[in-house]
Amino acid sequence: MRVSLASIAAMLGLLYASSVYAQAAPDKRRSGFDTMSARVQAMQRDDLQNPGMLWVADGEVLWKKIFGISFSCAHCHNDAKQSMKGVAAKYPDWDPIEKRPVSLSQRINLCRTRHQLVQPLPPESVELLGLEAYVAHQSRGMPLTPSTAKELIEPRERGRLQYEQRIGQLNLSCAQCHDERAGKSLAGSTIPEGHVNGYPTYRLEWQGLGSLQRRLRNCLSGVRAEPPPFNSIEMVELELYLAQRSAGMKIETPAVRP
Amino acid sequence: MARTLIHAPTTARKGEVIEVRTLIAHPMETGYRAGSDGRTLPRDIIRRFSCRYNGELVFSADLYPAISANPYFAFHVVANASGSFSFTWEGDNGFAQTESAAITVA
Repeated sequence: MRVSLASIAAMLGLLYASSVYAQAAPDKRRSGFDTMSARVQAMQRDDLQNPGMLWVADGEVLWKKIFGISFSCAHCHNDAKQSMKGVAAKYPDWDPIEKRPVSLSQRINLCRTRHQLVQPLPPESVELLGLEAYVAHQSRGMPLTPSTAKELIEPRERGRLQYEQRIGQLNLSCAQCHDERAGKSLAGSTIPEGHVNGYPTYRLEWQGLGSLQRRLRNCLSGVRAEPPPFNSIEMVELELYLAQRSAGMKIETPAVRP
Repeated sequence: MARTLIHAPTTARKGEVIEVRTLIAHPMETGYRAGSDGRTLPRDIIRRFSCRYNGELVFSADLYPAISANPYFAFHVVANASGSFSFTWEGDNGFAQTESAAITVA
Protein backbone atom coordinates (compact mmCIF):
# COMPACT_ATOMS: atom_id res chain seq x y z
CA MET A 1 0.00 0.00 0.00
CA ARG A 2 2.74 2.37 1.00
CA VAL A 3 4.60 1.54 -2.19
CA SER A 4 1.60 2.22 -4.41
CA LEU A 5 0.93 5.49 -2.61
CA ALA A 6 4.52 6.48 -3.13
CA SER A 7 4.34 5.56 -6.79
CA ILE A 8 1.12 7.57 -7.16
CA ALA A 9 2.80 10.51 -5.53
CA ALA A 10 5.74 10.12 -7.86
CA MET A 11 3.41 9.98 -10.86
CA LEU A 12 1.57 13.07 -9.70
CA GLY A 13 4.91 14.75 -9.28
CA LEU A 14 5.87 13.78 -12.82
CA LEU A 15 2.52 14.96 -14.15
CA TYR A 16 2.97 18.23 -12.34
CA ALA A 17 6.48 18.60 -13.68
CA SER A 18 5.38 17.82 -17.22
CA SER A 19 2.51 20.30 -17.07
CA VAL A 20 4.86 22.97 -15.77
CA TYR A 21 7.22 22.10 -18.58
CA ALA A 22 4.38 22.25 -21.11
CA GLN A 23 3.49 25.72 -19.89
CA ALA A 24 7.05 26.90 -19.90
CA ALA A 25 7.97 25.57 -23.34
CA PRO A 26 6.94 28.03 -26.06
CA ASP A 27 4.86 26.63 -28.92
CA LYS A 28 7.34 26.13 -31.72
CA ARG A 29 4.74 25.05 -34.23
CA ARG A 30 4.30 27.38 -37.13
CA SER A 31 1.14 27.76 -39.16
CA GLY A 32 1.53 27.74 -42.93
CA PHE A 33 0.68 31.43 -42.64
CA ASP A 34 4.01 32.16 -40.91
CA THR A 35 6.12 30.57 -43.64
CA MET A 36 4.44 32.06 -46.70
CA SER A 37 5.37 35.31 -48.44
CA ALA A 38 4.23 38.69 -47.10
CA ARG A 39 2.09 39.23 -50.21
CA VAL A 40 0.08 36.06 -49.69
CA GLN A 41 -0.20 36.87 -45.98
CA ALA A 42 -1.66 40.27 -46.87
CA MET A 43 -4.13 38.54 -49.15
CA GLN A 44 -5.34 36.32 -46.32
CA ARG A 45 -5.50 39.11 -43.76
CA ASP A 46 -7.73 41.36 -45.83
CA ASP A 47 -11.22 39.89 -46.13
CA LEU A 48 -11.79 41.84 -49.32
CA GLN A 49 -8.72 40.46 -51.05
CA ASN A 50 -9.18 36.94 -49.72
CA PRO A 51 -11.05 35.07 -52.46
CA GLY A 52 -12.08 32.44 -49.89
CA MET A 53 -14.56 35.01 -48.61
CA LEU A 54 -16.52 34.55 -51.85
CA TRP A 55 -17.27 30.98 -50.76
CA VAL A 56 -18.09 32.15 -47.23
CA ALA A 57 -20.58 34.62 -48.72
CA ASP A 58 -22.06 31.78 -50.79
CA GLY A 59 -22.33 29.65 -47.67
CA GLU A 60 -24.17 32.39 -45.82
CA VAL A 61 -26.84 32.41 -48.54
CA LEU A 62 -27.07 28.60 -48.53
CA TRP A 63 -27.40 28.59 -44.73
CA LYS A 64 -30.70 30.43 -45.09
CA LYS A 65 -31.87 28.63 -48.22
CA ILE A 66 -34.70 26.16 -47.82
CA PHE A 67 -33.73 22.69 -48.98
CA GLY A 68 -36.08 19.75 -49.37
CA ILE A 69 -39.51 20.17 -47.87
CA SER A 70 -39.17 23.07 -45.51
CA PHE A 71 -35.87 23.18 -43.70
CA SER A 72 -32.99 25.57 -44.07
CA CYS A 73 -29.92 25.16 -41.85
CA ALA A 74 -31.07 28.31 -40.05
CA HIS A 75 -34.42 26.71 -39.13
CA CYS A 76 -32.70 24.47 -36.59
CA HIS A 77 -29.40 26.24 -35.94
CA ASN A 78 -30.61 29.86 -36.10
CA ASP A 79 -27.85 32.41 -36.51
CA ALA A 80 -24.64 30.63 -37.45
CA LYS A 81 -22.61 33.49 -35.99
CA GLN A 82 -23.68 32.24 -32.57
CA SER A 83 -24.64 28.60 -33.00
CA MET A 84 -21.63 27.59 -35.12
CA LYS A 85 -19.01 29.44 -33.09
CA GLY A 86 -16.35 26.92 -32.13
CA VAL A 87 -18.11 24.01 -33.82
CA ALA A 88 -15.53 23.49 -36.57
CA ALA A 89 -12.76 23.49 -33.92
CA LYS A 90 -13.69 20.02 -32.66
CA TYR A 91 -14.14 18.19 -35.97
CA PRO A 92 -13.76 15.40 -37.05
CA ASP A 93 -16.09 14.14 -34.34
CA TRP A 94 -17.69 10.83 -33.45
CA ASP A 95 -21.12 10.16 -34.91
CA PRO A 96 -23.06 7.82 -32.61
CA ILE A 97 -25.56 6.82 -35.31
CA GLU A 98 -23.08 6.05 -38.07
CA LYS A 99 -20.68 4.70 -35.43
CA ARG A 100 -17.70 6.27 -37.16
CA PRO A 101 -15.78 9.53 -37.04
CA VAL A 102 -17.10 12.14 -39.46
CA SER A 103 -15.51 15.28 -40.87
CA LEU A 104 -17.28 18.64 -40.86
CA SER A 105 -18.40 18.31 -44.47
CA GLN A 106 -19.76 14.82 -43.79
CA ARG A 107 -21.60 16.23 -40.78
CA ILE A 108 -23.20 18.85 -43.04
CA ASN A 109 -24.26 16.11 -45.46
CA LEU A 110 -25.64 13.97 -42.59
CA CYS A 111 -27.79 16.94 -41.58
CA ARG A 112 -29.04 17.07 -45.15
CA THR A 113 -29.94 13.39 -45.37
CA ARG A 114 -31.32 13.02 -41.84
CA HIS A 115 -33.17 16.27 -41.29
CA GLN A 116 -33.56 18.14 -44.56
CA LEU A 117 -34.26 14.83 -46.37
CA VAL A 118 -32.30 15.83 -49.47
CA GLN A 119 -29.38 14.29 -51.36
CA PRO A 120 -25.92 14.83 -49.90
CA LEU A 121 -23.82 17.40 -51.74
CA PRO A 122 -20.92 15.95 -53.77
CA PRO A 123 -17.42 16.37 -52.30
CA GLU A 124 -15.66 19.58 -53.39
CA SER A 125 -18.86 21.03 -54.85
CA VAL A 126 -19.23 24.80 -54.60
CA GLU A 127 -22.24 24.40 -52.29
CA LEU A 128 -20.58 22.00 -49.86
CA LEU A 129 -17.36 24.01 -49.72
CA GLY A 130 -19.42 27.17 -49.24
CA LEU A 131 -21.34 25.74 -46.29
CA GLU A 132 -18.21 24.22 -44.77
CA ALA A 133 -16.29 27.47 -45.17
CA TYR A 134 -19.15 29.48 -43.71
CA VAL A 135 -19.44 27.20 -40.67
CA ALA A 136 -15.68 27.01 -40.12
CA HIS A 137 -15.33 30.77 -40.59
CA GLN A 138 -17.45 31.29 -37.47
CA SER A 139 -14.57 29.75 -35.46
CA ARG A 140 -11.86 31.95 -36.96
CA GLY A 141 -9.39 33.02 -34.29
CA MET A 142 -10.42 30.21 -31.93
CA PRO A 143 -7.98 27.40 -31.08
CA LEU A 144 -8.47 23.93 -32.54
CA THR A 145 -9.89 21.81 -29.70
CA PRO A 146 -10.24 18.24 -31.00
CA SER A 147 -13.09 16.18 -29.61
CA THR A 148 -12.12 14.08 -26.58
CA ALA A 149 -14.71 11.36 -27.28
CA LYS A 150 -13.18 8.05 -26.18
CA GLU A 151 -14.40 6.34 -29.36
CA LEU A 152 -11.96 8.53 -31.27
CA ILE A 153 -8.83 7.30 -29.50
CA GLU A 154 -8.34 4.26 -31.69
CA PRO A 155 -9.18 5.89 -35.03
CA ARG A 156 -6.86 8.77 -34.14
CA GLU A 157 -4.07 6.33 -33.41
CA ARG A 158 -4.67 4.64 -36.78
CA GLY A 159 -4.40 8.11 -38.31
CA ARG A 160 -1.04 8.60 -36.64
CA LEU A 161 0.21 5.27 -38.00
CA GLN A 162 -0.91 6.35 -41.48
CA TYR A 163 0.95 9.63 -41.02
CA GLU A 164 4.15 7.80 -40.16
CA GLN A 165 3.79 5.04 -42.75
CA ARG A 166 6.04 5.23 -45.80
CA ILE A 167 3.88 5.02 -48.90
CA GLY A 168 3.90 5.38 -52.68
CA GLN A 169 6.59 4.89 -55.29
CA LEU A 170 8.64 7.62 -53.62
CA ASN A 171 8.37 5.66 -50.38
CA LEU A 172 7.83 8.72 -48.20
CA SER A 173 5.70 9.19 -45.11
CA CYS A 174 3.89 12.41 -44.23
CA ALA A 175 6.18 12.72 -41.20
CA GLN A 176 9.36 12.65 -43.26
CA CYS A 177 8.45 15.89 -44.99
CA HIS A 178 6.22 17.69 -42.52
CA ASP A 179 7.97 16.77 -39.25
CA GLU A 180 11.57 16.01 -40.15
CA ARG A 181 12.05 18.37 -43.09
CA ALA A 182 9.56 21.16 -42.41
CA GLY A 183 11.08 24.55 -43.19
CA LYS A 184 13.47 23.10 -45.77
CA SER A 185 12.85 23.34 -49.49
CA LEU A 186 11.11 21.06 -51.93
CA ALA A 187 12.16 22.49 -55.28
CA GLY A 188 11.37 26.20 -54.90
CA SER A 189 8.80 25.88 -52.16
CA THR A 190 9.23 25.84 -48.41
CA ILE A 191 7.88 22.64 -46.87
CA PRO A 192 5.19 23.68 -44.38
CA GLU A 193 4.59 21.88 -41.10
CA GLY A 194 1.28 20.71 -42.50
CA HIS A 195 -1.12 22.17 -39.96
CA VAL A 196 -4.83 21.94 -40.56
CA ASN A 197 -6.02 25.21 -39.02
CA GLY A 198 -7.14 26.94 -42.22
CA TYR A 199 -9.44 24.57 -44.07
CA PRO A 200 -11.25 24.87 -46.39
CA THR A 201 -8.32 26.79 -47.87
CA TYR A 202 -7.98 28.99 -50.92
CA ARG A 203 -4.91 27.72 -52.72
CA LEU A 204 -3.35 29.90 -55.39
CA GLU A 205 -2.25 26.73 -57.16
CA TRP A 206 -5.87 25.58 -57.33
CA GLN A 207 -7.26 29.02 -58.14
CA GLY A 208 -10.07 28.00 -55.86
CA LEU A 209 -11.17 26.81 -52.44
CA GLY A 210 -10.54 23.19 -51.48
CA SER A 211 -11.00 20.89 -48.53
CA LEU A 212 -8.36 19.25 -46.36
CA GLN A 213 -9.11 15.94 -48.08
CA ARG A 214 -8.36 17.48 -51.46
CA ARG A 215 -5.04 18.70 -50.05
CA LEU A 216 -4.25 15.26 -48.61
CA ARG A 217 -5.06 13.57 -51.90
CA ASN A 218 -2.69 16.02 -53.62
CA CYS A 219 0.11 15.10 -51.25
CA LEU A 220 -0.61 11.39 -51.68
CA SER A 221 -0.49 11.56 -55.47
CA GLY A 222 2.66 13.66 -55.03
CA VAL A 223 4.44 10.69 -53.46
CA ARG A 224 2.81 8.52 -56.14
CA ALA A 225 0.58 6.63 -53.77
CA GLU A 226 -3.02 5.80 -54.54
CA PRO A 227 -5.16 8.33 -52.67
CA PRO A 228 -8.13 6.85 -50.79
CA PRO A 229 -11.51 8.14 -52.02
CA PHE A 230 -13.14 11.22 -50.49
CA ASN A 231 -14.73 10.58 -47.08
CA SER A 232 -13.22 7.11 -46.81
CA ILE A 233 -12.49 6.06 -43.24
CA GLU A 234 -8.72 6.30 -43.90
CA MET A 235 -9.08 9.95 -44.88
CA VAL A 236 -11.13 10.83 -41.80
CA GLU A 237 -8.71 8.97 -39.48
CA LEU A 238 -5.82 10.92 -40.95
CA GLU A 239 -7.81 14.13 -40.47
CA LEU A 240 -8.40 13.13 -36.84
CA TYR A 241 -4.70 12.73 -36.15
CA LEU A 242 -3.84 15.95 -37.98
CA ALA A 243 -6.38 17.90 -35.94
CA GLN A 244 -4.79 16.55 -32.76
CA ARG A 245 -1.34 17.46 -34.08
CA SER A 246 -2.51 21.06 -34.68
CA ALA A 247 -4.53 21.28 -31.45
CA GLY A 248 -4.45 24.73 -29.90
CA MET A 249 -3.51 26.54 -33.09
CA LYS A 250 -5.84 29.31 -34.15
CA ILE A 251 -8.33 28.68 -36.94
CA GLU A 252 -7.72 30.83 -40.03
CA THR A 253 -10.57 29.70 -42.29
CA PRO A 254 -10.63 30.65 -45.09
CA ALA A 255 -6.84 30.62 -45.19
CA VAL A 256 -4.92 31.52 -48.36
CA ARG A 257 -1.96 29.34 -49.29
CA PRO A 258 0.44 29.43 -52.25
CA MET B 1 -24.84 35.60 -61.16
CA ALA B 2 -21.31 35.55 -59.92
CA ARG B 3 -20.67 36.40 -56.30
CA THR B 4 -19.02 39.80 -55.78
CA LEU B 5 -17.55 41.56 -52.78
CA ILE B 6 -17.39 45.34 -53.07
CA HIS B 7 -15.90 47.78 -50.64
CA ALA B 8 -16.59 51.48 -51.20
CA PRO B 9 -17.10 54.07 -48.45
CA THR B 10 -20.75 55.06 -48.04
CA THR B 11 -19.85 58.59 -46.92
CA ALA B 12 -17.00 60.93 -47.85
CA ARG B 13 -16.00 64.59 -47.70
CA LYS B 14 -16.06 66.55 -50.95
CA GLY B 15 -12.73 66.29 -52.72
CA GLU B 16 -11.61 63.34 -50.60
CA VAL B 17 -9.63 60.60 -52.33
CA ILE B 18 -11.36 57.30 -51.56
CA GLU B 19 -10.34 53.73 -52.22
CA VAL B 20 -12.74 51.40 -53.98
CA ARG B 21 -12.10 47.65 -53.99
CA THR B 22 -13.87 44.83 -55.79
CA LEU B 23 -13.59 41.06 -55.95
CA ILE B 24 -15.62 38.79 -58.24
CA ALA B 25 -15.92 35.01 -58.42
CA HIS B 26 -14.84 33.94 -61.91
CA PRO B 27 -12.76 30.95 -63.12
CA MET B 28 -10.71 32.98 -65.67
CA GLU B 29 -10.13 29.84 -67.73
CA THR B 30 -7.17 30.64 -69.98
CA GLY B 31 -8.07 28.62 -73.06
CA TYR B 32 -4.67 26.92 -72.92
CA ARG B 33 -5.31 24.23 -70.31
CA ALA B 34 -6.32 20.66 -70.96
CA GLY B 35 -9.31 19.20 -69.15
CA SER B 36 -9.47 15.76 -67.56
CA ASP B 37 -10.35 14.25 -70.95
CA GLY B 38 -7.24 15.77 -72.55
CA ARG B 39 -9.15 18.28 -74.66
CA THR B 40 -8.35 21.95 -74.42
CA LEU B 41 -10.83 23.80 -72.23
CA PRO B 42 -12.38 26.73 -74.10
CA ARG B 43 -11.36 30.18 -72.98
CA ASP B 44 -13.69 31.77 -70.44
CA ILE B 45 -12.38 35.03 -69.06
CA ILE B 46 -13.63 38.44 -68.03
CA ARG B 47 -12.40 40.79 -70.75
CA ARG B 48 -13.25 44.17 -69.32
CA PHE B 49 -13.99 45.76 -66.00
CA SER B 50 -15.27 49.30 -65.67
CA CYS B 51 -16.47 51.57 -62.91
CA ARG B 52 -18.76 54.52 -63.50
CA TYR B 53 -19.34 57.23 -60.92
CA ASN B 54 -22.68 58.95 -61.54
CA GLY B 55 -22.46 57.78 -65.15
CA GLU B 56 -18.93 58.99 -65.76
CA LEU B 57 -16.25 56.40 -66.48
CA VAL B 58 -13.65 56.73 -63.69
CA PHE B 59 -11.77 53.43 -63.99
CA SER B 60 -11.54 50.61 -66.50
CA ALA B 61 -9.27 47.69 -67.17
CA ASP B 62 -8.82 45.12 -69.94
CA LEU B 63 -8.21 41.59 -68.70
CA TYR B 64 -6.21 38.84 -70.37
CA PRO B 65 -5.82 35.08 -69.89
CA ALA B 66 -2.80 35.46 -67.59
CA ILE B 67 -4.91 37.13 -64.91
CA SER B 68 -5.78 34.76 -62.08
CA ALA B 69 -9.21 33.48 -61.12
CA ASN B 70 -11.46 35.68 -58.98
CA PRO B 71 -9.91 39.00 -60.12
CA TYR B 72 -9.47 41.73 -57.52
CA PHE B 73 -9.31 45.45 -58.31
CA ALA B 74 -8.42 48.34 -56.04
CA PHE B 75 -8.35 51.93 -57.26
CA HIS B 76 -8.82 55.50 -56.04
CA VAL B 77 -11.51 57.98 -56.93
CA VAL B 78 -12.02 61.64 -55.95
CA ALA B 79 -15.39 61.96 -54.23
CA ASN B 80 -17.04 65.06 -55.71
CA ALA B 81 -20.79 64.38 -55.56
CA SER B 82 -23.34 62.13 -53.88
CA GLY B 83 -24.66 59.35 -56.05
CA SER B 84 -23.62 55.85 -56.96
CA PHE B 85 -20.87 53.73 -58.37
CA SER B 86 -21.74 51.19 -60.98
CA PHE B 87 -19.34 48.31 -61.57
CA THR B 88 -19.51 46.24 -64.73
CA TRP B 89 -17.68 43.04 -65.61
CA GLU B 90 -17.97 41.75 -69.18
CA GLY B 91 -16.45 38.65 -70.69
CA ASP B 92 -16.59 35.51 -72.78
CA ASN B 93 -19.79 33.49 -73.25
CA GLY B 94 -21.90 36.60 -72.83
CA PHE B 95 -20.75 37.15 -69.24
CA ALA B 96 -22.03 40.50 -68.03
CA GLN B 97 -22.64 41.61 -64.50
CA THR B 98 -23.35 44.98 -62.99
CA GLU B 99 -23.34 45.89 -59.32
CA SER B 100 -23.71 49.25 -57.67
CA ALA B 101 -22.83 51.03 -54.44
CA ALA B 102 -24.22 54.30 -53.12
CA ILE B 103 -22.14 57.13 -51.69
CA THR B 104 -23.10 60.33 -49.83
CA VAL B 105 -20.67 63.23 -50.19
CA ALA B 106 -20.98 66.00 -47.64
